Amino acid sequence: MEKIAKKREHITEYADVVVVGAGHAGCEAALACGRLGFKTVVFTVSVDSIALMPCNPNIGGSSKGHLVCELDALGGEMGKCIDRTFIQSKMLNKSKGPAVHSLRAQADKQDYIAEMRKTLENTENIRIKQAEITELITEKREDGSRIIRGVRTGSGAEYMASKVILCTGVYLKARCIYGEVSEYTGPNGLRAANFLTQSLIENDISVRRFKTGTPARVDGRTIDYDEMEEQKGDEFIRPFSFTNEPEDVMRDQASCWLTYTNERTHEIIRENIDRSPLFSGEIVGTGPRYCPSIEDKVVKFPDKERHQIFVEPEGYYTNEMYLSGMSSSLPEDVQLQMVRTMPGFSHAEIVRHAYAIEYDCIDATQLKNSLEFKNIEGLYAAGQINGSSGYEEAAVQGLMAGINASLSLKGREALVIDRSEGYIGVLIDDLVTKETQEPYRMMTSRAEYRLLLRQDNADLRLTEKGHEVGLIDDERYSQLLLKKKLIEEEIRRLENTVAGCNERINSFLIKSGSAPLKEGSGVSYTELIKRPELNYELIGEIDDERKELPWRVREQVNIEIKYKGYIERQRQQVEHFKKLERKKIPSDIVYEELKGLRIEAVQKLSRIRPENIGQAGRISGVSPADISVLLVHLEQMKKNRHTV
Amino acid sequence: MRETIAAIATGLTESGIGIVRISGSESYEIISRIFRTKSGKNIDLGESHRVHYGFIHNVSRETSGEKEDEIIDEVLVINMKAPRSYTGEDTIEIDCHGGVLMMKKIYEAVLEAGARPAEPGEFTKRAFLNGRIDLSQAEAVIDIINAKNNRALKASVSQLKGNISEKIRSFRNLLLEDTAYIEAALDDPEHISLEGFSEKLDADTDKILEATKKLIDSSENGKLIREGIDTVILGKPNAGKSSLLNVLIGEERAIVTDIAGTTRDTLEAGFNLSGITLNITDTAGIRDTEDKVEKIGIERALKAASEADLIIYVADSSVDLDESDIRIIDFINANDKKTIVLLNKSDLEPKIDENKLSSMLKRDAVILPLSAKLAVGIERLEKTIVDMFYSGDINYNDEIFLTSERQKAALINALNALKNVRSSLEAGMSEDFFTIDLMQAYEEFGYVIGEEVGEDLVDEIFSKFCMGK
Repeated sequence: MEKIAKKREHITEYADVVVVGAGHAGCEAALACGRLGFKTVVFTVSVDSIALMPCNPNIGGSSKGHLVCELDALGGEMGKCIDRTFIQSKMLNKSKGPAVHSLRAQADKQDYIAEMRKTLENTENIRIKQAEITELITEKREDGSRIIRGVRTGSGAEYMASKVILCTGVYLKARCIYGEVSEYTGPNGLRAANFLTQSLIENDISVRRFKTGTPARVDGRTIDYDEMEEQKGDEFIRPFSFTNEPEDVMRDQASCWLTYTNERTHEIIRENIDRSPLFSGEIVGTGPRYCPSIEDKVVKFPDKERHQIFVEPEGYYTNEMYLSGMSSSLPEDVQLQMVRTMPGFSHAEIVRHAYAIEYDCIDATQLKNSLEFKNIEGLYAAGQINGSSGYEEAAVQGLMAGINASLSLKGREALVIDRSEGYIGVLIDDLVTKETQEPYRMMTSRAEYRLLLRQDNADLRLTEKGHEVGLIDDERYSQLLLKKKLIEEEIRRLENTVAGCNERINSFLIKSGSAPLKEGSGVSYTELIKRPELNYELIGEIDDERKELPWRVREQVNIEIKYKGYIERQRQQVEHFKKLERKKIPSDIVYEELKGLRIEAVQKLSRIRPENIGQAGRISGVSPADISVLLVHLEQMKKNRHTV
Repeated sequence: MRETIAAIATGLTESGIGIVRISGSESYEIISRIFRTKSGKNIDLGESHRVHYGFIHNVSRETSGEKEDEIIDEVLVINMKAPRSYTGEDTIEIDCHGGVLMMKKIYEAVLEAGARPAEPGEFTKRAFLNGRIDLSQAEAVIDIINAKNNRALKASVSQLKGNISEKIRSFRNLLLEDTAYIEAALDDPEHISLEGFSEKLDADTDKILEATKKLIDSSENGKLIREGIDTVILGKPNAGKSSLLNVLIGEERAIVTDIAGTTRDTLEAGFNLSGITLNITDTAGIRDTEDKVEKIGIERALKAASEADLIIYVADSSVDLDESDIRIIDFINANDKKTIVLLNKSDLEPKIDENKLSSMLKRDAVILPLSAKLAVGIERLEKTIVDMFYSGDINYNDEIFLTSERQKAALINALNALKNVRSSLEAGMSEDFFTIDLMQAYEEFGYVIGEEVGEDLVDEIFSKFCMGK
């Protein structure tokens, strides 16, 4: 499409917020703004691709499940939407500690898209527009910084707004590569957005090129399921949303299947490796290490005889099956050959081929923790444009950008979740501080305080904030307060209930494989719960005073008591962390003028401009001595300000 | 977080009186733990700015629990209540007898009682942050932090004895490997199983725990750090490097012959010079050689020189400068090292002009004549070295001792983290509970050898494990 000259007559419209893109980030951003009462226009290159899931057919998984629960606790939509549309649900890491339990649901993709679109279309204040945004309208101020005024579409229409949220996903100058063939389109042949990058550059936004990929989809009728292992869903289904109960989400579940690559598969890959654009140098974008293509895996782990491939349904509406673990950018003919080497796939037909995709994104260190650009007032960015990957990572950023744009419109301070309050905080802080060199995926090992940041307590951590923002209604908030009260009361009761040494208690303990109490001794019920072989539910048998409590309350009581020592230790670490986080750095600080900082530190600090001392310390290349020096200068500035 | 800090406030030299200072909210409790009056009473800290006479006792260390309660020294203690102290915090000053050994012992007792070693410049920094130092002194504060930090950094990185940093590095690798395995499995439970991993972790933790205990014990005898100035003797074959070494240390350490290239490897020796310890490395001569063994020796020589604090270049003044000398001179000029050039064999007819040599060398290199064979010029050399390291305010050995204490504290923290892993394993907790303590130990070990943590874990996960959708 050619750009049309600007001089022509054109539409000019006004809104409070413009959201560019309607993927997972864009949907959450628009919903947050609309629900908080702001006139919001959300642009997409195709209305049919709203909330599209162009890659894996699932939501959640390790640490991503945490993000969805946190989003729900703040009043986002993804958790509710997947609860309505999943076709299989599974809790990962069930045998591990509660902090790493992770919920993952297979989505019916079509259903998910339809539900999210319906929600978006029927939310007050939101207008959906199919158009490509090609330009930002900004105004430069005397000090060199800018302020956003609106956006311009490819046809020249202008939408003026005081807040603009960029959620462009992988669409900026997108290029899909299949072996030797490539085309300039977004996922699924959707139109790429080829002009906006230039406008970003003109506004001094630094841009990078990343790459990711997706595996092939195979026609389900051509797969022999007898040759694979069936993977069923859980019997007890835990909903993502705190507003749902398990009985609300009970349903028949679809199965996934497990197969493996083998030596023959790897041989085919090795024979054709020179035809892979990743190895020939055809692809220049930086790819994610955590999601390697099958050719990457074969080259990098030559000793591994086989790789697991999970075969997942894309939904009830289709026969397409997603080959999880087989992302590739090899040419079509090689793809077919290698797929057919796997058990169950000897006659398989590919519906869509695997491809790699390259796209433009921004260096997210240009953003504040609120996701607003440091140098362009009113402009926000969320999702893959910030260098993240994954639907869930995108959604939570969209939500936070939407919340912060709205709070700013109300003249209120931004909502920043810190690293001790949620995975959302870890994700955003990493993105805006650490200069990620590849698409960023959430991982539980990135969360320092993960024993505190569990899925199960996301509401206790964040729903109050959601209420303050205005996305959680009073009823849900009062339910939260009740839950908190019940948890506290029950823990206190158990602390004060003593199990004496008697026949009944000891026979219970022996039966449960636990040491009986000694003559004349007594212990509190909390002590019993702490024993590895016991828990809150088991103790019920000897706990006569127990009232009936909701399952989510019982769960918290058990976790809080059982892991008390660990939780306390993490709370102490958080105390220390918060101290540094509270030391704010003035935004007008000139690092070049600060004597005693090392050159590398000056460069990094001037570019990233951390908001507080804690964040400054997390920048690679800033040493503890630099932080000491910085503290002294901050103190000096504070004193100077007092004396002036 | 223990935020109460301690340091030796006076220089670590033999003097009449030494002062150990403690600052922070726990100062009063710490002194109460280790101080008794003559009649065995506790210290009475009711009033501020009082002088107390009594004795410092050695409290039992948590880790071994074996020490007897013994008197270390007779002291005067001054207590200063916040904010009326140098740092603006509760402060204790212990005036003790000023022997180096005595001060170290008292300092260690204070650390064992709960203080942590002060970071470089931390007292001054706290004084400033608490408003006790005038604003105009802010820059001076920064200079102190930086100067001390640079020296401490140097001490921590280069002074650890070679095998200790190797050992710690191997602990770290093992910890990182194990943690990455667990984390990879938690992030990708469908592809990576943790079955049976606890046993390996159990064995690994035990191994590191025991080794760490030993390191801590050995650090009490000052063995953790090699105190001294790393000095490398460079020179072409047969210039007299080994003779010089022998004269300096007075024993036949190096094999001295008249055949060029006898010292094929590097030799090391340490000796004390007016309170400064020199660790001298005698290296193979630098010359172009086809001899494979010797070639390796030369590479080692230049590598050792590039890591040294001081380079002594021995030139043979009885023969003309040749390519080997030029190679050394180039090396000296290209590296920012303190350098002394010795024109050896001053007893023979000189062929090298001192002025010419001086014009070829960078400006701060010192040139001295010497005859190693006749031991002439040795005193001047020694004086030059001593001056070099006492001029400028470098009080090298102090910083090394203090660094050593900080490293010891980090080792104790690592040990405690490993003990937590131990008890989690014993309690049958699942793996995700102990990775936090594993990483804590990893971080503390990193502190000992001066390495940052950064993105190590994530990098390790990606490089070793095949993850993904």
